[in-house]
Amino acid sequence: MRTIYLDNNATTMTAPEVVEAMQPFWTELYGNPSSMHTFGGQVKRHIDQARRQVAALLNADPQEIVFTSGGSEGNNLAIRGSLDALDGLKKHIITTRVEHPAVLGVFRHLAKHGYRVTELPVNSDGSLILDALESTLTPDTALVSIMWANNETGVIFPIEKIANLVKSMGVILHIDAVQAAGKIPIDITRVPVDLLTISGHKLHGPKGTGALYVRKGTKLVPQVIGGHHEHNRRAGTENIPGIVGIGMATELALNGLDEENTRVRALRDRLQRGVLAGCKAAQVNGANRLPNTLNVSFQYVEGEAILLLLDNLGIAASSGSACASGSLQPSHVLRAMGIPFTSAHGSIRFSLSRYNTEEEIDLVIKHLPPIIDRLRELSPFVEDELPV
Amino acid sequence: MWDYTEKVKDHFNNPRNVGVIVDADGVGEVGSLACGDALKLMFKLDSEGRIIDVKFQTFGCASAIASSSALTEMIKGKTLEEAQKVTNRDIAEYLGGLPDQKMHCSVMGKEALEAAIENYRSGDQVTRELEGVVVCTCFGVTEKEIERTVLENGLTTVEEVTNYTKAGGGCGSCQPEIGKILARLSGSTEPAVAEEEPEPRPLTNIEKIKLIQETFEREVRPLLRKDGGDVELIDVVGNRVLVSLRGSCAHCRVAQFTLSDVVQAKLREFVSPDIVVEEVS
Repeated sequence: MRTIYLDNNATTMTAPEVVEAMQPFWTELYGNPSSMHTFGGQVKRHIDQARRQVAALLNADPQEIVFTSGGSEGNNLAIRGSLDALDGLKKHIITTRVEHPAVLGVFRHLAKHGYRVTELPVNSDGSLILDALESTLTPDTALVSIMWANNETGVIFPIEKIANLVKSMGVILHIDAVQAAGKIPIDITRVPVDLLTISGHKLHGPKGTGALYVRKGTKLVPQVIGGHHEHNRRAGTENIPGIVGIGMATELALNGLDEENTRVRALRDRLQRGVLAGCKAAQVNGANRLPNTLNVSFQYVEGEAILLLLDNLGIAASSGSACASGSLQPSHVLRAMGIPFTSAHGSIRFSLSRYNTEEEIDLVIKHLPPIIDRLRELSPFVEDELPV
Repeated sequence: MWDYTEKVKDHFNNPRNVGVIVDADGVGEVGSLACGDALKLMFKLDSEGRIIDVKFQTFGCASAIASSSALTEMIKGKTLEEAQKVTNRDIAEYLGGLPDQKMHCSVMGKEALEAAIENYRSGDQVTRELEGVVVCTCFGVTEKEIERTVLENGLTTVEEVTNYTKAGGGCGSCQPEIGKILARLSGSTEPAVAEEEPEPRPLTNIEKIKLIQETFEREVRPLLRKDGGDVELIDVVGNRVLVSLRGSCAHCRVAQFTLSDVVQAKLREFVSPDIVVEEVS
């Protein structure tokens, strides 16, 4: 059975060009770039090239790029590393209620270690309540960490406005751009952020790779301590194949931005139209979204059950339902948006990529309505509750 | 991804006995939309008191649907006395096991069966009788339910209790309380803490109403809104506080607990210990 992969916000296929670029670095060019001999030293220029490729995606200077093991490490390094550099001078930090656990988890950890945490609310369409940010910034605020785009709903936050506001107060700004990078343009010269996280495997690069943008002059205390790698900002022998891989992946992503915002967006819109036309009591969660993401709720059915029936047909998606996550409550993002429980438990996220085809989308549009109907037939609530 | 057995997958993909019995002898409903799973179980008895027909409707995940389906197969042809002996463990075993975090699905089956039998015997339309002190207000789980599930399944950790009953799986604030129940059941003694609080000065009527309003806005409504519900303060008559529930609270199984445990507890904590909360529509 062929897989129809619509879970690209979870992870992506490694692009064949990326795999090919990585090949020489396993058995041929396996030297350590820190070595004195030519065999090792020659690898360094490949890291330099990857650094230029990643920098180009963000319109940054290559020296501002630190390679990491992925989004979680990037977020940890940015938040904890820059707070460590402040040495406890300021004790208030701000984030949002809809962040990825790689940020929220760090903040909740810091809350137990002397920091005062503000989690900004969002509107029902997922947009950030900007006034709340303005009113919570104080002279004691050390850092603000906000995502560029949400992984569950795809909702894009107005980073330019946020950055201008936060930087006017002289507060450190970190942006989690793991979902935004490669899907919408990012130009670091136009948004005054200090730190920005990206991940390799979300943009068709290899897993276990990432990069943190660190604006020149931003103080950062390394969180992995050891050697002098990455200009003293992240110790550890470089993951050369991975770095070459994320370099190639970001180059492809930059070249593919137009396609993402035209062809992929059109496929997503086609899926959205088809699903809403075919299924009763369905609603889209979130406005102003990434071009590849569709988060849709089906009332009175449970998300995990939908996922498994889709899985029987080879269709891979994800859900914000409680059961699908292994927790007992539905997605914190949907709850922050005030999506009613009747809908939150039945939410499905489809996230597309440039490798999806119209034929695949049409198959989903064809197979989904009978799945929803079937689960509603099982449900004790539908009879009296469902609008006809 | 969940590691479901072939039998769970089979009962999920091809659920047995789905539907409604219009003239059912017993109907049991447990769970709610807000909680993420719900089960309505119906049975019909023959002249000898055996379950001749049984049907279910389930809102929930694969293991909830499979547990419901398995239960119907297990009790068909049994007398109520025999059916009553089916435990949640039996349901899980019939399915070849359930993932730890999904054991509450089998407990839901057991509870629906009990509610249906209770409904048949008492003729009451009421859903499952909820007895005792509520420990987990997020999912409306009582101390009695926790105790019974702990004893029937030999549970020893808070995490297990959450897997089986959902208690403690929401905001998590009742986890210490669950720990105490486990400690008590395992025979260990908990340190007795007795703190005397000074008697406060009685409030004037105006002070009381003002304080009730403030407590509503500050403590109660944010709590309910977080879970998709809301509550409106209608009137204050002496110590009776009249409220009206909105949103998902209005049709939730835990609604009666939301009232008595959240609203009343908050008002008793912040206003006066003799407050009684009543729902008006």
